[in-house]
Amino acid sequence: MSTTAAHWRRMKDRYRLLGSKCETCGTTFFPATKVCSKCRRKGKTVPIEFSGKGRIFSYTIQHAAPRMFEQHTPSIIALVELDEGPKVLSQIVDCEHNELRIGMEVEACFRKLFEQDRGGIISYGFKFRPLDNSWTKYYEAKKE
Amino acid sequence: MPNKREVAIISAAATKCGEHWDKGIKDLAWEAGVKAVDEAGISGKDIEYLVVGNMSGGMFVGQEHIGALVADFLGLNPIPSLRVEAACASGGIAFSQGCLAVASGLYDIVAVGGVEKMTDVEPEQATSVLSGAMDFEWEAYFGATFPGLYALMAKRYMYEYNVKIETLANVAVKNHFHGSLNPLAHFRNRITVEEALISPMVADPLRKYDCSPVSDGAAVAILAPLEIAKKYTDTPIIVKASVPASDTLSLLKRRDICTIDATVYAANKAFQLAHMERKDIDAVEVHDCFTIAELLAIEDLGFCKKGEASKMVNEGQTYVGGKFPVNMDGGLKASGHPVGATGVKQIAELVKQLRGEAERGRQVNGAEVGLAHNVGGSGGTAVVTILSR
Repeated sequence: MSTTAAHWRRMKDRYRLLGSKCETCGTTFFPATKVCSKCRRKGKTVPIEFSGKGRIFSYTIQHAAPRMFEQHTPSIIALVELDEGPKVLSQIVDCEHNELRIGMEVEACFRKLFEQDRGGIISYGFKFRPLDNSWTKYYEAKKE
Repeated sequence: MPNKREVAIISAAATKCGEHWDKGIKDLAWEAGVKAVDEAGISGKDIEYLVVGNMSGGMFVGQEHIGALVADFLGLNPIPSLRVEAACASGGIAFSQGCLAVASGLYDIVAVGGVEKMTDVEPEQATSVLSGAMDFEWEAYFGATFPGLYALMAKRYMYEYNVKIETLANVAVKNHFHGSLNPLAHFRNRITVEEALISPMVADPLRKYDCSPVSDGAAVAILAPLEIAKKYTDTPIIVKASVPASDTLSLLKRRDICTIDATVYAANKAFQLAHMERKDIDAVEVHDCFTIAELLAIEDLGFCKKGEASKMVNEGQTYVGGKFPVNMDGGLKASGHPVGATGVKQIAELVKQLRGEAERGRQVNGAEVGLAHNVGGSGGTAVVTILSR
């Protein structure tokens, strides 16, 4: 699928949820941009690390997976609106399907995204889980 | 188009869409090409330029260099040929590029093709190939599929505009009905709302009957300046406008995930160039890769306000015979979605409609002006074309 370099160059953004912010107009971007689309040449963008807190803007439960995601199926895919403004696309974990709702508060967590074939590169990055600690209950329920 | 030559279609033809186990990419292109050339009454030698839309020959069948490949198999060497790609809008982009070539005055007779061979790979592989049309690093990488992205749009749309799931089912039922009357359609079966609502879930809220199929198919249109087209046909179809537009590739960067801004922009520009209004349109082919996309298209093209397409659908206005017929061929849902060919296949359908040659039951009576709408990815590209008799 892709080489070590392709994983490595996006590692910081995917591990720490890094984006950018325009110092001129205050707009935040994810993924990071080099130029502010509003201010263009007049803008000045700097890196910003997002808090990882946000709300579910929309979600779906995918029952058919692309290759390498078979073991995570069905999976919850969501657009999360971060508290700082931009949206990210990611999976929601540690959450029962019937508890999902638009507007639900979530926080970023660090997870395995996929394994490239058997023994291949393992890719990590952010996923999101419910903010209200209900995910601890989710785990306890799974233990029983 | 000011200061430029008026472009017309001499002929357009498409293959049947479906799982063509016995046909490869060359066979499909050849079949559509020969049909179009025969219908036009021209000789292959008259064609001066070839543009082919194809999304991913490389990943579907290991074949790139599609422009020269199709030129070769249609016997068009040594004319210039090229392949253009804009995901599922490759066909629409190819058509608009062909129009530019004629309008510019550089070429008189131009062939525009679209071809895709999708069923030689496993379904999971097809899903992965199609994922290439989204932002790979920030969408596909996190496990999103195309049904997943359109499901995100559908979920939010239903939430914001209080739209019921039955509305999506009604779109599928209507498109299967139209498809049942179209001999070129991938699916000829009619379905009921109940069947649609209990079909297997693909990406909540989208079920099997909300999704267009993986199809093989090809389509070809022959273009010429209007004056030259008149020598070949008594009913040239005039290209009033063919306008592509772009937007963010990823859904996460969209201004509004319930609106495809590229469609809004392309439609406004197309109507302006054509000097026409929405009410002038008699028949519409929209890009319903998923049922939700048909609702968004009707709204974003400007035929009703945001959130009101469901009313038109639920009242049956979008059937042939209704006030506002949409996807007379069955749409992508039933007639099939050979991605790179779809944009040209829509043109072939409109040409049929505007010439009054569509099959009984799905011909829009007296249709004079038609609109085709082709989308790439989740809305990164849109092409709007207005044709008139």
